[in-house]
Amino acid sequence: MQYITPLAPAYPELFLLAMACVILLTDLFVSDDNRIITYALAQLALAGSLVITYLTASAEPQLTFNGMFVDDLMSDVLKLLLYVGVMTVLVYSRDYLTARGMFRGEFFVLVLFATLGMMVMISANHLLTLYLGLELLTLSLYSMVALQRDSAVATEAAMKYFVLGSLASGMLLYGMSMLYGATGTLEITQLAETILDRGAKDVVLVFALVFIVAGLGFKLGAVPFHMWVPDVYHGAPTAVTLFIGSVPKLAAFAFIMRLLVQGLGAEQLVEEWQPMLIVLAVLSLAIGNVTAIAQTNLKRMLAYSTIGHMGFLLLGILSGDLVGYSAAMFYVVIYVLMNLGAFGMILLLSRGGFEAENLEDFKGLNARSPWYAFMMLLLMFSMAGVPPTVGFYAKLLVLQAVINAGYVWLAVIAVLFSLIGAFYYLRLVKLMYFDAPRDTAPIAPRSDVRVLMSANGLAMLVFGVLPDPLMTLFIYSIQASL
Amino acid sequence: MLLGFPLLSLAIWVPILAGILVLATGSDRNAGAARVIALAGAVLGFAVTLPLYTRFDSLAGGFQFMEFAPWIGSFNVNYYLGIDGISLLLILLNSFITVLVVIAGWGVIKERVAQYLSAFLFLSGFMNGAFSALDALLFYVFFEATLIPMFLIIGVWGGPNRVYAAVKFFLYTLAGSLLTLVALIYLYNVSGGSFSLLDYYRLPLSFPAQILIFIAFFLAFAVKVPMWPVHTWLPDAHVEAPTGGSVVLAAMMLKLGAYGFIRLSLPIVPDASYYLAGFVIALSLIAVVYIGLVSLVQADMKKLIAYSSISHMGFVTLGIFIFNVNGMEGAIIQMISHGFISGALFLCVGVLYDRVHSRMIADYGGVVNTMPVFAALFMLFAMANVGLPGTSGFVGELLVILGAVKASFWYAAVAATTLVFGAAYTLWMYKRVVFGAVANHHVAALSDLGFREFLVLGLLAVAVLAMGVWPNPFAEVLHVSVSDLLSHVSQSKLP
Repeated sequence: MQYITPLAPAYPELFLLAMACVILLTDLFVSDDNRIITYALAQLALAGSLVITYLTASAEPQLTFNGMFVDDLMSDVLKLLLYVGVMTVLVYSRDYLTARGMFRGEFFVLVLFATLGMMVMISANHLLTLYLGLELLTLSLYSMVALQRDSAVATEAAMKYFVLGSLASGMLLYGMSMLYGATGTLEITQLAETILDRGAKDVVLVFALVFIVAGLGFKLGAVPFHMWVPDVYHGAPTAVTLFIGSVPKLAAFAFIMRLLVQGLGAEQLVEEWQPMLIVLAVLSLAIGNVTAIAQTNLKRMLAYSTIGHMGFLLLGILSGDLVGYSAAMFYVVIYVLMNLGAFGMILLLSRGGFEAENLEDFKGLNARSPWYAFMMLLLMFSMAGVPPTVGFYAKLLVLQAVINAGYVWLAVIAVLFSLIGAFYYLRLVKLMYFDAPRDTAPIAPRSDVRVLMSANGLAMLVFGVLPDPLMTLFIYSIQASL
Repeated sequence: MLLGFPLLSLAIWVPILAGILVLATGSDRNAGAARVIALAGAVLGFAVTLPLYTRFDSLAGGFQFMEFAPWIGSFNVNYYLGIDGISLLLILLNSFITVLVVIAGWGVIKERVAQYLSAFLFLSGFMNGAFSALDALLFYVFFEATLIPMFLIIGVWGGPNRVYAAVKFFLYTLAGSLLTLVALIYLYNVSGGSFSLLDYYRLPLSFPAQILIFIAFFLAFAVKVPMWPVHTWLPDAHVEAPTGGSVVLAAMMLKLGAYGFIRLSLPIVPDASYYLAGFVIALSLIAVVYIGLVSLVQADMKKLIAYSSISHMGFVTLGIFIFNVNGMEGAIIQMISHGFISGALFLCVGVLYDRVHSRMIADYGGVVNTMPVFAALFMLFAMANVGLPGTSGFVGELLVILGAVKASFWYAAVAATTLVFGAAYTLWMYKRVVFGAVANHHVAALSDLGFREFLVLGLLAVAVLAMGVWPNPFAEVLHVSVSDLLSHVSQSKLP
């Protein structure tokens, strides 16, 4: 028993928490004209956390809070990507929020608390910590969706999200309580040891597993627990959709890794959750990709495409080995990059009183701005998984893991549905390149958005030509953490 | 020969870098600069492939000009290049055609010039990459990457129904190749973590696995060739594509499919290839005869040439799958010759289209009266398409038919009907378009070839005649590669 807890592993979280509180207070004394101060402080908080995480990163897992909190290489890598993602979100959404009167302290504080929640999830080594992080994240998200108070759509989306999200949380908690009943522990590493010692299959454990997988399915937005995804993506203000649609998936990946792989990764349990994930993955690929074709709203289309992508993510996880986990990690990181770019592009084309959220609004983008059309083209081909963009390698790694695990038929299904997926990504390219513009307003983003969006788009190509550093990093970090 | 000057890399990256430069010229205000840079890039791209021919050792077996560099270490994917005689000819042809396409689009394309030209340069680089890759994943990446520029070429600069054609083209070819990816990953796992084609050549595979892999490859390459009955994307794509797009599509992109059969299907799964050869031959013969008949009734010149392409590519697949030296060499020579001839025919149609804005045969008649020089060149290419002795079309067809006779008299008999049908549809079209009295005021107002048009068609005419009269320079680099390939394929890989 350690009486003096070394807090070093949790320094980034503590720093961010302190900064969020400081921002909450500072914002009270900042007038609307000077709101930029809050924005700068939020970016500073994230940058500070980034530096701290980078400096305290180590290959050796470190525990604190009596083993409830872990700082390993996987968590460090995921957190670093998380900060970069959130900082990008803030840059992309600044003009959009200003034009809609939402450039206020609440937004930044909620973003920071949500980020904190994700960090806690990523580093959790205890079911309670995991749940705590998850609730911190989702509660912040619920209120962010409803941030535009006078919008009926947003309020409806927030309600739906809240009700279904609470249901999912309830299921997860129920599953966790059964786990506790069966094993007598909530700590993930001990959980794994206890189950391993037990050897035989246990009905209570399997039952718990069902609830946990269902809860995870809700949080990920995997079919058949996907109903909330399109409505929330569509209803929320685009800046919030940008946030919801991107970085939380990093945390969700960590959640799955901690709970299913580290906690419930014993062989007899893998046999149980593998078929469940297969069903979720195949359904997600099918429904996500097929339904996306029928959408005319880009936000909804991307929501369904997210469902399809989550199917791929699950395929990586269910392969059940190191190759599969690092493939899933690569996939989720690339997914976040692509979604940041795609939603960022919607924000870039929107202006005060105009939301560029319909597919039609992208008509003739090549005539209006060849550069951004090219960036969007790269993003779309990457989502479709066409080489030489990085999305191809993301799919390749997952397919390789799936075939390696002996599921050739799953790989065939996955490529068939990604072919269907290619159709609606192509349609956007078609609108941008083949059609005449409907809207001729000039596109003149701020210079920071311009640089970041270009970097975001070109990353598809750069990582597509040189994917090796990322792959090596992820394989190494998963290896060091399991 | 792992060290040495990286000629193959130059052949791939010179056009791509030129393409980036062209894109950098930006809007149409700098169209002149874009054209000059594109031409310089294309010519330089062709120039760097010439040493490949002069330094090629046609007596040595195996691959030459090999380059090797680790690329994706954690996945054992390498930047592994090398060519044999077969890829050598295709790379030369590709780089040559790129120069012509850039010249042909010179004054015709007036909108988004930089994007148009750079798309062709990228395409050229990607195709050289696919022809020289010895790593399966590298091949796949280049193979797929060609889709993006072609999709844009058809969709942005194409005809009225371009969107349908572009999307159909993209989805058809993507559908074919995705299963190839699954097959390649399977091979990666079976071979213990290698993507090297040379490792796959030595890898023993069970018969059912070979059959499945063959089918996966077949879907990709048959769509690309295209073989009957998955050919329907080609007429649409050709009709809607701008002239340059049609030229590259017919002259080069179709060859990727046949090249895939030669480089991947036959050597990796020889037993399945033998077992299913009858099936492929049947499809090829259907293409030769049935599509030949379909060509006969076309009212649209581009469609007619597109169908004629399918019919001629049927000869190529026939030649590949009869597994003898004549057939294989004939198929490859037919590929090169078809590259020249179909490219030239599409350019001829383009010349007419630029003046009259119609591709319909019925809108023409008596063109010879107003465009005598054009009519003469068009005549040459039409004859070459028929397979007249003395033109390149004759050599390939003769060799394939010779090979087919060795395999079975009936194959040869059916295949030889193409000489009749080919003559019928080509010459009938030629007669209706070129001969007769001047049909209408459009034709009366035609002006003969300009300098650029003459240059492009003239170069192709020289190539067609040279290859027809003296095919040896083309054939001699093939002999060793083809006999190596056939001896490799004749050995069973069953464990």
